[in-house]
This record gives sequence, C-alpha cells and structure tokens, in this order.
Amino acid sequence: MSITIRNLSSVYNPGTPFEVRALDNINLSIGEGEFVGLIGPTGSGKSTLVQHFNGLIRPSQGEVVVDGRSLTDKATDLREVRQRVGLVFQYPEHQLFEETVFADVAFGPKNQGVPEAELKERVNEALTLVGLDPSAICDRSPFELSGGQMRRVAIAGILAMRPKVLVLDEPTAGLDPQGRDELLDQLQQLHSRAGMTVILVSHSMEDIARVATRLVVLHRGQIVADGSPRQVFTQAKMLMDVGLGVPQVTELMLALREKGYPVPEVALTVEEACAIILGLHRGGEGQ
Amino acid sequence: MSAIIRMEGVSFSYNSDDPQQTQALQGVSLSIEPGEFVAIVGRNGSGKSTLAKHINAILTPTSGEVWVDGISTKDTDSVFAIRQIAGMVFQNPDNQIVATIVEEDVAFGPENLGIPSDEIRRRIDEALSLVRMSDYALHPPHLLSGGQKQRVAIAGVLAMHPKILILDESTAMLDPLGRQEVMETALRLNRERGMTVVLITHHMDEAVRAERVIVLDRGRVVLDGSTREVFSQVDLLRQLGLDVPQVTSLAQLLREQGLNLQPDVLTVGEMVEQLCQLL
Ligand SMILES: Nc1ncnc2c1ncn2[C@@H]1O[C@H](COP(=O)(O)OP(=O)(O)OP(=O)(O)O)[C@@H](O)[C@H]1O
Ligand SMILES: [Mg+2]
Repeated sequence: MSITIRNLSSVYNPGTPFEVRALDNINLSIGEGEFVGLIGPTGSGKSTLVQHFNGLIRPSQGEVVVDGRSLTDKATDLREVRQRVGLVFQYPEHQLFEETVFADVAFGPKNQGVPEAELKERVNEALTLVGLDPSAICDRSPFELSGGQMRRVAIAGILAMRPKVLVLDEPTAGLDPQGRDELLDQLQQLHSRAGMTVILVSHSMEDIARVATRLVVLHRGQIVADGSPRQVFTQAKMLMDVGLGVPQVTELMLALREKGYPVPEVALTVEEACAIILGLHRGGEGQ
Repeated sequence: MSAIIRMEGVSFSYNSDDPQQTQALQGVSLSIEPGEFVAIVGRNGSGKSTLAKHINAILTPTSGEVWVDGISTKDTDSVFAIRQIAGMVFQNPDNQIVATIVEEDVAFGPENLGIPSDEIRRRIDEALSLVRMSDYALHPPHLLSGGQKQRVAIAGVLAMHPKILILDESTAMLDPLGRQEVMETALRLNRERGMTVVLITHHMDEAVRAERVIVLDRGRVVLDGSTREVFSQVDLLRQLGLDVPQVTSLAQLLREQGLNLQPDVLTVGEMVEQLCQLL
C-alpha cells in the first residue's frame, strides 16, 4: 500500500480572521514497507498531515492518493480506507468510551464484521502487542487505568483491526521507558515481519533515530528535510533552529568533533557511538 | 529545617471496597525539605500521579498521613490552604487553560481566592515575568506553542504564590524546545526563588537534572537518593522498567569494554570531559 500526496494545502477557518494555513503545498510519496519518522515542532502541521492520510480531513487544495485511489474521489469508500490505514491519534485515550477494556479494543474489529468467536483472539493479540496482560486487564474499566495504561489500550484498539498502514501520532508520549522500548520494538517487528508500512510522529529524536528508515521534517506546514535519518541528523543546526534537536549520542559526536576528534557527525544509537569511541581509543593506543 | 512535604506510612486504594484491587500506594514514607528539586520516576501505574495528588490534597490517604508545610491533609478545613501551597501542572496543555486571553488565565486562580484586583495585577505581571511570557499577556492561548502554553499554566500556578510546584509529566506532549523551556523555567524557579519542585517524568534526561530521585514501583518507594547514586544503578533501573540517558548507557557499555570511565556520567558535557582524558 502506498500513499501519495500531491500539492496538498490545508487551511483551517478559511476566509475568517482566524485563517491558518496548516499545510502549504506538500508533496510526499510513501511506498509500501517504509518506516517513516515524521518530526516537526509543535504546530508545524504533523497532526493535520496524518489526518489526511485516511481522509479524516479534506484537502483545501491538492489530493491524497491511497493505493491508487484518490480520497477526494466520490467513489472512494473512506470507511474502507480507514480500516486499511489505521490512525492512532494524539491523546488516543480520549477515544476510550466502552465499559471494559475488552469491549473497547473489540469495538473496531466488531464494526469490521469480525465474527464474535475471533474477537477474543484479536483482542488478546492486540493487548499483548502493547505489553498488557489480557487476563489482568480485559474486565477493568478503561477509565480506572493510569495514563500510560490508557494509552496502550487505545493503541491496541487500532492494532486489533490489523491495518496495512499504521499511522501513530506521538504514541510514546507518557509511556514509561520500558513501555516505549517495547512499543518501538513491536512497531519494528510489524514493519519487518508483517511488512506493515509505519508512519510515526514523534518528538523524541532518540526513538526516531532507532527505528525509522526515512525521516520527514515539517516546519510551518512545509517539508524542510526528507531523507535517511543519517542524512537528516547531519543538519543539526537547522533542526535546532526549528525547535527540534538530534539524538543525545549525535550531540556527543558533535561535541567531540569540536574538541578536534575525528568522529562522524552522526551516531544513531548508543551501540554505534560505542563502536566509534572504541575505534578512536584503539587508534589512539596504536600511535 | 522542617520538611515541607512529609508522608508517613501512606497507603491508598482507589476502591477500598474491592480487596482484589491492589493499593495504588503502599506504606509510602518520605520527606522533602524546602527548596529541594526532586524527580519522581517509575513505570506506568506505579503510583506517581496518585502520590502527587496526595501532596495537594486532591486525594487523602486510606491509611497513614501527609503533612504539607506542617498542615495535615486530613484536616478538611485546610484543603484550600494546601492547594495554594502546592500547585500542580499536568500533562496536556490544552486541558489546563480556561480563558481566552493569557493574563485572564493567570488571573483565574487568584480571582477565585477573592484577592483584590490591584494585588491580582501585580501577581499576573510577576508570574508571567517569572516564566518569561510577559510579552504574550494579551495573546489568545490557543495560538501559543505547547511549551508556551505550559509556561502559562505554570504562571497560573505561580500566581497563587505556592511554595511547591508539582509537574506531573508536564513536558510529555512537548517538542524538544518546549521541553527545554519548561525544564529551564522549573530549574530557575528552584534556584532563584527557592521553590520546592517535584518533577514527575518519563524522560530520564530531565530526571538527571534534579538533585534527588525517588523511584516508585507498585506503589512503593524502591529507591530514594541523590541523582548520581540512583542513576549509577543502571541494571536495577532497567529492571524497574526505567532507563538512563543515552550517555549514561554509553558509559556503561564502554566500561564493559575496559575503558576507565566513571559509572555516573549523566550529561554530554560530563562524557566529553571524561573522554578527553582517555582519548
Ligand atoms: N481513577 C482511578 N480509579 C481506580 N484506579 C486507578 C485510578 N487512577 C489510577 N488507578 C490505578 O492506581 C495505580 C497507580 O496509578 P497512577 O495513575 O498513580 O500511576 P502513575 O505512576 O502516575 O502512572 P503513569 O506513568 O501511567 O502516569 C494503577 O494501578 C492504576 O491503574
Ligand atoms: Mg501519572
């Protein structure tokens, strides 16, 4: 499944004094099996953009094409598109409404017409994916959970629909470090094993560096960088200027370069930084 | 000096009729001195927010007792006094701002206290200047960035003249710059005003900026010590569902490879300093 966006502009409150151009002539093509990290400062248009991916917002100009079908085409069944492009909202816990966790996670697949007998399996699978113990949590009320637990239940509700493309708007905000790592690992597995296309919005440069194969940077409704994480994180100054940053290990590389050490500009993970510094250390001993 | 927050054997369950449900807090005892900057960390559901809500008397213990600036939270007549002493800022900036103009939002708390209007004016100006948002006094809050909104929310709390500022994941929804703005604001209030700060966070690079770290797990305090002591226990923290900053974890990997680094490297600056001596 691919998503192509052509000349997309999105304007809130057009023609009023509160007119806001949230997206300004975006062109973007996301191929099947990519893992795209979408980053940008608050208000840069990330949440607006991801809501265009499954037709929740209509373009003011331009078009969004999912799997060859334009979402502005009247013949396109948006309900069906939304089952294939699963969107986990920012603050997804606000969408919890059923009396039990089970009913909440089962809601989506039930609407899809998944038979009753299979629902339990779907729910168990999805809850396990987000690191919750189905037997301990299924009968609880979603409103009596901690913030991070609610977030996980909400994500499970989307996974239970088994979408082809998974779009997540800051899913790790509020998760504890272990929960965050587990969710990122799960996303990576859904991507590499099940071939799922994943689009992840995040404010954490460390998380994005670890999992994404491509980075798209939004600023004031426009794409200001698009490339591999390594390419994008070499633009540290630009990223800081727009209110973002680089992973802490990349920061370390930059600080070491400033002291005159011959290290690369970018390290994406702690393991990579470790290898670089060990290399430097051995090199030093050799001299 | 006497503690500004003291908890003695505090246990709490949300549903005391249901013995099946475990207690959100179990026998928590701790005390925090005026002017301390304390981070509270712990996995989801470990009881952090429940503990925070005991400090400003939103919740009262099922057993045990909490004193805030010497006042017991059991004393129902003192709830308002306690909420004035301990102000809380939450995660989502959009849920906390009520007015359509920044300074009206900041005025909201003091107005409810019935404070005279010239005094309210002084408090607004002071609070906005403390969070460096004076230039935005007449702006509509919905046009601000997330970090700016959180600073307005902090100003709203400061206008009540609290002694304790509790930040319950107040940076969770913010971009890197916004997080930095909120952290700098909290650190400055602590340093320059002697404000007691209780910072709840899942970001370990924020927690390392506190002087003291308390780790909760399943409603109990499992670690309580100086930031350096706590963060040098990398393996234990991981078992507790937590993490350490990337440079701390890098220092551990390098030590395992035989490099002579201190185990308690907490920041990029410290790491560079140590590496410069080795390389
Ligand atoms: N309103 C409520 N009713 C019943 N149980 C609750 C309620 N709020 C929280 N709990 C339970 O109390 C325990 C502690 O929750 P608390 O919200 O204090 O955790 P936390 O450490 O703040 O978690 P998080 O990191 O997810 O914010 C958890 O088991 C949670 O499920
Ligand atoms: Mg909480």
